[in-house]
Amino acid sequence: MAVLTKPRVRATHVAPRARHGLRYRLDVKGAPYLYIAPFFLVFGVFGLFPLVYTGYVSLTGWRADTPGSEDTFVGWRNYADLVHDPFFWNAVKNTIGIGLISTVPQLLMALGIAHLLNYKLRGRTFFRMGVLLPNVTSVAAVTIIFVQLFGRDYGMINWFLGLFGIGHTDWQAGTLSSWIAISVIVTWRWTGYNALIYLAGMQAIPFELYESAALDGASRWKQFWMITVPMLRPTILFTVIVSTIGSLQLFGEPLLFNTSQTPTTGGSQHQFQTLALYTYDQFWQKFKYGYGAAISWAMFLLIALFVVVNLVAARRMRGADAS
Amino acid sequence: MTAAPLTLGRRRRARHQLSADRGTYLVLGLVLLLSIFPMYWTLVAASHDNSAISKTPPALLPGPHLLDNVQKVFEQTDMRLALNNSLIVSAVVTVSVVFTSTLAGFAFAKLPFRGKGALLGIVVATMMVPPQLGIIPLYIMMANWLHWANHLQALIVPAAASAFGVFFMRQYLITALPTELLEAGRLDGCSTWRLYWHVVLPIARPAAAVLGLLTFMATWNDFFWPLVVMTQQNPTVQVSLSALQGGYVQDYSLVLSGALISTLPMLVVFALMGRQILGGIMQGAVKG
Repeated sequence: MAVLTKPRVRATHVAPRARHGLRYRLDVKGAPYLYIAPFFLVFGVFGLFPLVYTGYVSLTGWRADTPGSEDTFVGWRNYADLVHDPFFWNAVKNTIGIGLISTVPQLLMALGIAHLLNYKLRGRTFFRMGVLLPNVTSVAAVTIIFVQLFGRDYGMINWFLGLFGIGHTDWQAGTLSSWIAISVIVTWRWTGYNALIYLAGMQAIPFELYESAALDGASRWKQFWMITVPMLRPTILFTVIVSTIGSLQLFGEPLLFNTSQTPTTGGSQHQFQTLALYTYDQFWQKFKYGYGAAISWAMFLLIALFVVVNLVAARRMRGADAS
Repeated sequence: MTAAPLTLGRRRRARHQLSADRGTYLVLGLVLLLSIFPMYWTLVAASHDNSAISKTPPALLPGPHLLDNVQKVFEQTDMRLALNNSLIVSAVVTVSVVFTSTLAGFAFAKLPFRGKGALLGIVVATMMVPPQLGIIPLYIMMANWLHWANHLQALIVPAAASAFGVFFMRQYLITALPTELLEAGRLDGCSTWRLYWHVVLPIARPAAAVLGLLTFMATWNDFFWPLVVMTQQNPTVQVSLSALQGGYVQDYSLVLSGALISTLPMLVVFALMGRQILGGIMQGAVKG
């Protein structure tokens, strides 16, 4: 504040400035609001409003194929239906299952890779760019590629596993196998990105900590667990939350992983239909706007719940360390 | 073991590192191989005809049919229109996001105004809200009220400003933009707009470039919203890919040629500007 009032006071006493007194004051007072206005305008109209409106739509029996249904207020019925909808709970199970398989090993590997990248390396930039490469590709392209790699009869992955005597797997057919395949796609795209985030965090850790630990005779492995991991805790928390939010919204991978003519079902037994996919299925294939909106809100609550659980767990851990 | 990094540290001040051993290179080499292999294999598959893919053992070297396959993709699908659409949308969104983000970032970093803290809090909070949740009403708005469904503005306008961008530029400008420079500009009688144009923008350029790259790539790769609001008559690249995948004709070399075409622009951008992207991600991690 003080920074800009100083020249202003001075300016009003300087002759050339005095002529523009009003315009100047308007500029200084008004410009900041004008400059932040585009963001808030776009966010308000296309971000906040749809979010709130989703809540309203979820209380109606709106169906796109039934004219006039947009005004049929049904109260909490969509939510009551949701609780008794086996496909909804199936989607919750799939989302959480795939979420765990795709984030936990991914972040552990990212931590390990970051640790290796933090050594003095020849070709440092080359390695860093290499691990980042998967992240610049699109979900659609990558999933299409991995569908071929995971192909039942001629897929490279089955061929490779066959070298070790493992029989051909129909990756799309099974629950666990489809979860693993989808998780591999997610993991391939995001591990390097998270490794670089961890690397950035590691570089901010004071080297003196490692020096004194080494003097005390701590092995490199011990240093990693006693120094690197605790010091990285805020970064780890950040990646866990971002990955959680991302994995709970998983959509493109399970949609395109399904090569059948009804891709929104998430497999013949709905074995990899995620919540986002189920929302899309109800909204786009079944025209149920009201019900789809209710699923969206349920998804939002689930995401909020997971973020809170993460934050509480992080606080607990910090508390446990302190005591 | 500790002596070497210690002397190194004295020379390079605060940046000490342990040297990598052979095992480190081996593991990182393996990681690199896994990172690159799917893209390489796509090139291999896209350069063979369909029958070569179903061979055992699978082909591992590029074949002679790449140009044929690419040509077929352009003949049999709307890939040309899709590339055009994606280019227009990504370019316009990028320019718009960089403009609105530097503007708002400047205001939040250096201009005094009432309610600044609370408004910045809102910006940060919106980054946490998953955009998918409003997708049904957003579609209703586009289809029923604005009649923008299947038009490019349905992709451009909602993406014209970004909370991440505003926050990213604010974080950069708060340290990179010297307040004295702004004061000097004020004394010379500069309006806020002239300060923005002649002082802020030149200084913001490195971060704006990173933001632009990240925005361009994210927009190019975006899938869910374009799939909802666009149709196969007016697709983006990603929407067009999903049609190729779901098509009745399963010509895999064609499908993978499509994947290759759609990814190539990103790979070119990455090859040319990868360092900046890398720097942006790592810097964002420390500051965010």
